[in-house]
Amino acid sequence: MTEPLPGPDFVQLLDPAGNRVQHPDFSYSGTDADLAADLRDMILARRIDTEATALQRKGELGLWAPLLGQEASQIGSARALRDPDLIVPSYREHGVAWCAGVDPVDLLTTFRGTGMTEWPSRPANFHFYSFVIGAQTLHAVGMAMAQQRDGVVGNPEPADNGATIVYFGDGATSQGDVNEAFIFAASFAAPVVFFCQNNQYAISEPMVLQSKIPLYRRAAGFGFPGIRVDGNDVIAVRAVTAWAMERARRGEGPVLIEAYTYRMGAHTTSDDPTKYRQSAEEDSWRAKDPIERLKTYLTRVGAVDAAWLDAVAAESDALAERMRTGCLALPERGLETFFDQAYADTPELLLRQRDEHLAYEASFEESR
Amino acid sequence: MTTMTMAKALNAGLRKALAAEPKALLAGEDIGKLGGVFRVTEGLQAEFGRDRVIDSPLAESGILGTAVGLALRGYRPVVEIQFDGFVYPAFDQIISQVSRLRFRSGGTASVPIVVRIPYGGSIGAIEHHSESPEAYFAHTPGLKVVSPASPVDAYWMIQQAVAADDPIIFFEPKRRYHDKGEVDLDQQSAELSLFSARVVKPGTHATLLTYGPMVRTCLEAAMLAAEEGRDLEVVDLRSLSPLDDAVILESVRRTGRAIVVHEAVGTLGLGAEIAARIQQNCFYELDAPVLRVTGYDLPYPPSKVEDAYLPDLDRVLDAVDRSLSW
Repeated sequence: MTEPLPGPDFVQLLDPAGNRVQHPDFSYSGTDADLAADLRDMILARRIDTEATALQRKGELGLWAPLLGQEASQIGSARALRDPDLIVPSYREHGVAWCAGVDPVDLLTTFRGTGMTEWPSRPANFHFYSFVIGAQTLHAVGMAMAQQRDGVVGNPEPADNGATIVYFGDGATSQGDVNEAFIFAASFAAPVVFFCQNNQYAISEPMVLQSKIPLYRRAAGFGFPGIRVDGNDVIAVRAVTAWAMERARRGEGPVLIEAYTYRMGAHTTSDDPTKYRQSAEEDSWRAKDPIERLKTYLTRVGAVDAAWLDAVAAESDALAERMRTGCLALPERGLETFFDQAYADTPELLLRQRDEHLAYEASFEESR
Repeated sequence: MTTMTMAKALNAGLRKALAAEPKALLAGEDIGKLGGVFRVTEGLQAEFGRDRVIDSPLAESGILGTAVGLALRGYRPVVEIQFDGFVYPAFDQIISQVSRLRFRSGGTASVPIVVRIPYGGSIGAIEHHSESPEAYFAHTPGLKVVSPASPVDAYWMIQQAVAADDPIIFFEPKRRYHDKGEVDLDQQSAELSLFSARVVKPGTHATLLTYGPMVRTCLEAAMLAAEEGRDLEVVDLRSLSPLDDAVILESVRRTGRAIVVHEAVGTLGLGAEIAARIQQNCFYELDAPVLRVTGYDLPYPPSKVEDAYLPDLDRVLDAVDRSLSW
């Protein structure tokens, strides 16, 4: 599949060289100061990501799923949300989590193995990370159906309305659950925005193995709009997501957004992309880096300067330091603390097994 | 007291649950206008509206996955899987999501979903319409699995399942849908907790442990055995996960003999788990090995031979003979 060119079918508002460009249907009404805030979020999200990758390399995390290269898709979409919207991530949405207010140290719990996804800082409107590919898209449609029943959709006062956004990748679009989610959402006009980050690879499998047509065009077959946006252009992502969410909040049903981007790093820290892609391809995408293009634009218009960038760099250094310290300080729990967490009403058998486990462990203490 | 079929009792129980709990809602294929292929939900959409009794697209994983989202937002979905053999497309959502979200959330998230599944054979159906997949779910931490055997239990257990905060797989013995029994619709509360077993016929010589469609079969076997002077106890397990060990073990300690009866295939079925628990806890009280009468380890066979495949009176009584003559 050839790369899309900017035009009506590929929304771009900031080109890779950092120039603002026009689109017939979409524009951005925010200020350069708003965009500077987005730039800060993107820089911090990248730092969260690189720090977690480093922690994995040092053996402090079992695994990490890097977002490197997808910062504009994540920050641009997340900053188009507001209460009472609901957010349903997959497992790579560290930038979305950042915008939602999740402490990056909490993210590490899951990857260090000290807990599941019970992050104390997780706000109620941000769903748990989900590791089965595409399964969460159905949960999101169910949540959107709940919003319909809760009366937060299609009210005359726009501020009263909310919708659900769900994140998934190009590989997920081959899953039955994602296709069923499209059908349920369409049939019930559920207020849900399907935000697909097409980062070109499902581990090693290229996009062309998942689809012979551009992903956004699949939506037409399900009976709702699909739109492709430059996923490395935070301005365009923000504008398109804002439009789709507002449409859903009004009660006009789902939209599929294909954010066309690139996973600059590995699928996870266990992956080796040199086995399946060429460095020339990686170089071509490095030239489209989402952070660099916004930095170029904002520097040129004078919205940010070297001092501003230094301050953000210092902030990200401090954040990284806090992650390192926080990771090592994550509390570790004994197995016995998990026995009462599988059920609301724990069966007696499980409590007996917990006691047996404790007695077994204690038998070693005594013999020492 | 009202005499009604199990299907009507389930309908009455669901109606009461929907009236009592505004967050309860039903979803499934053909459950609205048609009232379900077994008419268990008949009239409920007309009474409670299309927002609460939802005709779902024909996609089982979609039904369960959207139920998860609704449950996480405070609703209590009761979903219908049309036939036992159609639950497998939803298996991933049930095993990987429904059963684990509480655990994944450190015990904070609640997914109080009831999955109603008509199950079992003996209705002369084609493939995929006569299966007994309960052991898969009983094997899965985070789920609870129950099965009523009578109209009165169906009426109460479905209400208790809707009120429970854990996800519950609710197996309905479809061949007993049209069996009639007495139900007191004015009674205020259930006699037993949802997870209790019940001695449905006391006896002294041996214990038949069973559930769902086989309870009636075992009661009939016990009546026949009585004519030969054999006094059999019949225990209706009602809950397959968790198992009510107290009732099971107390009965077997008293009789010294146990026979587990179920339609599902024998290998790694409920009977295997029950036999293991009995031998661990009642080793010195046993007068015979724990026996099992089950479906054979085959895919469910064509309907012309299902009578030979399924446990029946004679196979149960044959096992009783073997146990008592040990």
